[in-house]
Amino acid sequence: MGNEENVGKIIDYSGRQFKQIGTRVVRPDGVEKVTGKANFGADFKANGMIYARTVRSPHAHAKIKKINVDKALKLKGVKAVVTGADFPEIDVNDKAVGEVVVSYYDMAHNTIARDKVYYDGHVVAAVAATSADIAEQAARLIEVEYEVLKPVMTAEAALKKNAPVLHKHLFTQGVEPKPDKPSNLAARSQFKLGDIEAGFGQADVVVERTYTTQTVHQGYIEPHACVASITADGMVNVWCSSQGQFMVRAYVAKICGIEISKVKVTPAEIGGGFGGKTVIYLEPLAVALAKKAGRPVKMVMTRDEVLRATGPTSGGSARVKLGAKRDGTIVAGDMELTYEAGAYPGSPVMLGCMTGFAPYDIKNINAVGWDVVVNRPKAAAYRAPGAPVAAFAVESAVDELAEQLGMDPLELRLKNAAVEGTQAPYGVKFGPIGYKETLEAAKNSPQWKAPLGPNQGRGIASGFWFNIGGTSSAEVMVNEDGTVIVATGNPDIGGSRASMALMAAEVLGIPYERIKPLVADTESVPYSMLTGGSRVTFATGKAVIEAAQDAVNDLRRRAAKIWDVDLEQVEWQDGQAVCIESDKHKPLTIANIAAKADKTGGAISGKANINATGAGPGFGTHICDVEVDPETGHVTVLRYTAIQDVGKAIHPSYVEGQLQGGAVQGIGWALNEEYVYSDDGRLLNTGFLDYRIPVASDLPMIDTVLVEVPNPGHPFGVRGVGETPIVPPLAAVANAVSHAIGKRCADLPLSPVRLLSIIDGK
Amino acid sequence: MAKVVLPLEVARTFAAGETEHEFAARDVRELMRQLEQRFPGIRARLERGIAVAIDTEIYQDWFVEPIGPDSEVRFLPAIEGG
Repeated sequence: MGNEENVGKIIDYSGRQFKQIGTRVVRPDGVEKVTGKANFGADFKANGMIYARTVRSPHAHAKIKKINVDKALKLKGVKAVVTGADFPEIDVNDKAVGEVVVSYYDMAHNTIARDKVYYDGHVVAAVAATSADIAEQAARLIEVEYEVLKPVMTAEAALKKNAPVLHKHLFTQGVEPKPDKPSNLAARSQFKLGDIEAGFGQADVVVERTYTTQTVHQGYIEPHACVASITADGMVNVWCSSQGQFMVRAYVAKICGIEISKVKVTPAEIGGGFGGKTVIYLEPLAVALAKKAGRPVKMVMTRDEVLRATGPTSGGSARVKLGAKRDGTIVAGDMELTYEAGAYPGSPVMLGCMTGFAPYDIKNINAVGWDVVVNRPKAAAYRAPGAPVAAFAVESAVDELAEQLGMDPLELRLKNAAVEGTQAPYGVKFGPIGYKETLEAAKNSPQWKAPLGPNQGRGIASGFWFNIGGTSSAEVMVNEDGTVIVATGNPDIGGSRASMALMAAEVLGIPYERIKPLVADTESVPYSMLTGGSRVTFATGKAVIEAAQDAVNDLRRRAAKIWDVDLEQVEWQDGQAVCIESDKHKPLTIANIAAKADKTGGAISGKANINATGAGPGFGTHICDVEVDPETGHVTVLRYTAIQDVGKAIHPSYVEGQLQGGAVQGIGWALNEEYVYSDDGRLLNTGFLDYRIPVASDLPMIDTVLVEVPNPGHPFGVRGVGETPIVPPLAAVANAVSHAIGKRCADLPLSPVRLLSIIDGK
Repeated sequence: MAKVVLPLEVARTFAAGETEHEFAARDVRELMRQLEQRFPGIRARLERGIAVAIDTEIYQDWFVEPIGPDSEVRFLPAIEGG
């Protein structure tokens, strides 16, 4: 076992020349994934497993008057049916009040409806049978009687006087006086700096415009899937793809009314999450069905279900007003955001208010956000939640301001860029950040200097994301032959196994290939927060570094015992123990020490349980070149460069992959993606044919530039990188299109139909 | 004295809309005691999804973080992510 002398201490690696960090090693899970052998959520099988399907509401808003399951239960092969009545009722005020507020009431009701359905696709019942076909047939035999209510599909409709109110217990938070009637306006939030009126009073030029975006889905390729089983003595096993096995465990326990110790969650490989798998949908249903049927139950969503009923992010509107002096100094920024939360409160509008102006040093800011419930699926996190919509509006406004001032938009950004010591819109002063460096890198990029042809335009935009730390654990176990296992509790979405192994290899001084990184189940490592918030390489990486250092100390102690010298005489150099005061002892490698572990005290390991602070903020700048076909309104992305301050890139290829992926998702958000509903609130584009995400043939190579301004809060200088890349693209694309056609594009997506109407002035 | 800044919504409910205050507290735990004394009920509200920023550092799970005599302490919404 390891000692505790270094756990919790920051190891100072400043100025260190890395030996393995920053190399482009092959990811440990890569071959299995590209050869189709890796086990994702839908791949798990259990003995005696049966299959379940859901019954979903065809109405966007309705009261459930009656559910009759008799016919379904009589069908041969059907083993169990559950409805909302099979789950414990949760108090409307039951909320997790930790790091973020989570309403268990809303979560439970979103998993399976009780008295009302709130969106097209809301689960009403689930049925398990010996085959998926029988389950599907049985689902069609479940009779649900609805009293159909008028839906409210947009924030505008939801806020109208006499609009149908979704939740009778929903009273607007954050307004004075407190309302005495429920409404669809869930909350108001506001952030202020300085004196906004005085700020605009100093302005020579003012631009103001309202921008809109639509509901978009994260678009992960792997649908939600799980298998659940329950033993006769009530021990629950869940195998599923998610962004956090501990998150699934906690939520399943709560919604099903089970102690946490009785729930074990084993993480599958994950085929994309982007925030959309930080919540649960199927798992409680599968557990309840398994309990009733006495058999393991498998559930896999169809694409139709994924789009109708899981995690989109909010559509919304953003009014932005910017004021600047003639020399380009931005003196005031005013923003009002209205986000559609979906069926339950909790859009990321507050985060939009906190992030929109963050790239700039603006002394006078006012940002107001409105969170509005509508009859769409409940919004879930999506990469940098809330920031892209706000950034779209602010970065478009900065572009328009540059036009009004006759300034280069990059130079305007450079003039106003936030630097170390700048006060962010949410009040905190930034530590060392690399925003200006991203702008300089953009200025020096080949794309910024490339000539443009007819009908072509170039857009530039920047973006900010906080990045977070949080609770993480890691265990480093030295095997008998000196190879090492690094166990952590975070699903590997973007190459984190490779990053964890690299960081452990750097500390231990052994080759990366001798380390096996492991994503462990909830009973094999201590608790970790989920994979999200761009936190894993930063926070779990910090835990891995500390655990590896703990293991090094254990190895030094063993070497001291083998040599019969004081611990102080043993140093760890390049993967081996060296006796510094005597040359009679030959250095001992990990393998040498591991071979004698039984004689020196048993297994060798290190561990760390931390709550990581010191997450460094991320800033990015993107350049987009487009060509617009004036006949068809089709936009071709010609060139694209994504630049970001990433702190220290542990594995540059996977950092570049994050930048490329975020850019591509943002391009889709800007050009094509949107939920299209019928007048009565049914989602019309429920497949990837009609909900069009960009594919490789739509895109040029996304070039990347990694700016490395080390984060002093991490021993290797790491900043989170996964979310910032989706913040700038919406405006980068829209600014490029605006320049190509000579008209400001303020409403996304810029689909051919919409773009033609802008070109034609309609 | 440390400068303590409350979120607007919290200030409206507990502190007559006044967001900026001064406290002499060595750490967040002591500050919370003093805040509760001055604004009864505020502690429970601040424990719900609120982070603490002390100067440039944000603490999502605050407890006993030290506060300097000239520190600026801001309560702000806890940050989630995707």
